[in-house]
Formats: sequence, structure tokens, C-alpha cells
Amino acid sequence: MSLWFWLLLAAALAYATKLLGYLVPAKVLDNPRMSHVAGTLTIGLLASLTVVNAAASGTSVVLDARVGALLAAAVALWLKAPFLVVVLAGAAAAAGLRLLGWP
Amino acid sequence: MKLSESPAAKIGLSISIATGLYGISFGALSVASGLTLWQTMALSLLLFSGGSQFAFIGVVAGGGSAVAAMSASALLGIRNGVYGMQINALLRPTGWRRFAAAHVTIDESTATATGQSDPGEQKRGFWVAGLGIFILWNIMTCVGALVGAALGDPKQWGLDGAAVAAFLGLLWPRIKSFQPAAIAIVCALVTLLAVPLVPAGVPILVAAVVAGLIGWFRPTPDAGHDGDGLEPELDPYKHDVGDMPVRESGPRGHKGKEL
Repeated sequence: MSLWFWLLLAAALAYATKLLGYLVPAKVLDNPRMSHVAGTLTIGLLASLTVVNAAASGTSVVLDARVGALLAAAVALWLKAPFLVVVLAGAAAAAGLRLLGWP
Repeated sequence: MKLSESPAAKIGLSISIATGLYGISFGALSVASGLTLWQTMALSLLLFSGGSQFAFIGVVAGGGSAVAAMSASALLGIRNGVYGMQINALLRPTGWRRFAAAHVTIDESTATATGQSDPGEQKRGFWVAGLGIFILWNIMTCVGALVGAALGDPKQWGLDGAAVAAFLGLLWPRIKSFQPAAIAIVCALVTLLAVPLVPAGVPILVAAVVAGLIGWFRPTPDAGHDGDGLEPELDPYKHDVGDMPVRESGPRGHKGKEL
């Protein structure tokens, strides 16, 4: 039940953030610093989430089949593949490496 | 202009289909990370912002607490507030439309609207993309969740690898110059260093603090607003769009302060 609570709070915060842009006078939020922080936060969080999902297992750093998924996704993105193909490439690489015996 | 003749509506529709389709990957990954079908649907229906949804399930999948998942999701959603200001300045929605517009204010709908120069086209582009993605994203999330639940062991199908690829896919289009690349690398390293030191889920928040401080203290980039990752991740106008009335600067560099 606790997960439900935080999930719904996350949804409420997401909507409140969007609505804030419509309700607050543009001058209040529209300073360049606000935009910079929103921009760097987005990049920093996505980079961090990528790393955590690729190499973290609880509180240790491990190199398993997910690293292969990271490389496969990078190659797919380099070749300008659409998002869904990138995701499938990641899944195929991880599943394939596990078939070959890598954890 | 009729909706069927509107170039912006056509772009909005194609963006809706492309984006809606990858809702299937969100649905499958969400149940693989341990959420139920209804929790997965609640994220797509109520939270409705791809990056934040992936962040929430990404933290849960890594063994992080629900509080950390909520925090990462909320921080990643801050950019939507800036998009809200832009759309409010362009479309000036009133009454209930303002509350509906807020819900569908995401990367893709903002990019579709800000790429147009005609106010009517901006409005059509925003609503077609926003509502189109909302409908398709939710249908495909449900399909993905049902498929994911039927797959069984998520690792055998490489679904954890799919999550890694999804995050890299969300990050990649934002790395357009040296500065965002440097920020991404610094935050990735900070995360790796933090993993053994703090509870699961927290390294992401540590990286968020570092990223926020960089944004707060770094020198102001030029007014052209070059690739600091704030602009929507998708560029619906990157393909040849013929004689479409597209804003000269494209979807970039358009801020509420110009209006």
C-alpha cells in the first residue's frame, strides 16, 4: 500500500509541476537560472538512471549482461534507430549474453 | 483550417503513433520491476510523463525505496513546468482547457507546438500530439503490462537490459554539445561512486543534487539556449517537411520570455 501512496504522490507532483507553468506569471519562473537547473537536472538524472540500471545491484557495482545491453543500445542510437528498436536491441543483447552464460 | 488539412496536426499524429508505440516497453518494464497492472496504468494515466514514469520504475527495479522513486520522478518532471510556461504563452488556454492542457504538457506536445509559427497551427499541433499520445500511450502501456506479465522471468528476456537501453535512449537526444555530455559523464561517475556508500535509489538523488548545482552555478550560455537539454527530447521537424510553415529557429530556442 505504501508504494501506492508514493506513486500517487508522484503523479500529483507531476501534475502540479505542469500546472504551475500555466498559473504562475511568466516573470516569476522565467529566469534563466530556473531553465538551466531544469535542463541540467534532466540530463543528470537520466545519466544516473542509465548507470544505476546498467551496473548497480543493490549497493554494489557489478558488470553483468546489462553492460552488453548498454553497448548495444549505444550502437543502435549511433545508427539513429527509433526508440523501440533501441529498447529491443538492449533486451536482445542482455538475453543473448545470458544464453552464452554471462550472468 | 480543417484538422485533416493541418500540417501541424499531421506531425502531431505521427509523433503520437511513434511515441504511443513505445508505451509498450514502459508497460512491460513496469510489471517486470514489480509494479502491478493497476499501478502501471496509474502511472500512465495520472503521472503521464515518459521520463518520470521510467524514473519511478527504474528506481523501484534497482531496489530503491518508493520515496526515492517519487523524488527522482518529481525532479525529472521539473522541465514540464517550463514547458507549461511556454505553452501558456503561446496558446493562452482558459477555463477547463488550461487544466487539460497542463496534463498533456510533455516533451512531444511542446515540441510540436513550438515548432509552428502560426497560432492556429500551434494549437492544433499541441492538442493532436498531446491527446493522441495520451490515448495511445495508455493503450500500449496496458498491452505492454499484459505481455510483460505473461513473459515470466524478466531477466531471461533481457528486460533489465531493455530498461538500460530505454534510459540511454531518453538521454541520447539531449547530448548535443560538449556541456550536456560533460554533465552526463560527471553525474554518471558520481552515481557509480555513490552506489556502494548509500542505500539503493539514493545515488540517483545524489546525482540530481550535483546536476542541480551545476545548473545553478555554471555561466549563462548564449541567448540561443544551446543544447542544455531543456528542449524537448524529440524533434518532430527533423525530417523533410516540405513547404510547411515552420518557425525559422525550429523548435529550439523558443522561450516564454520572447512573448
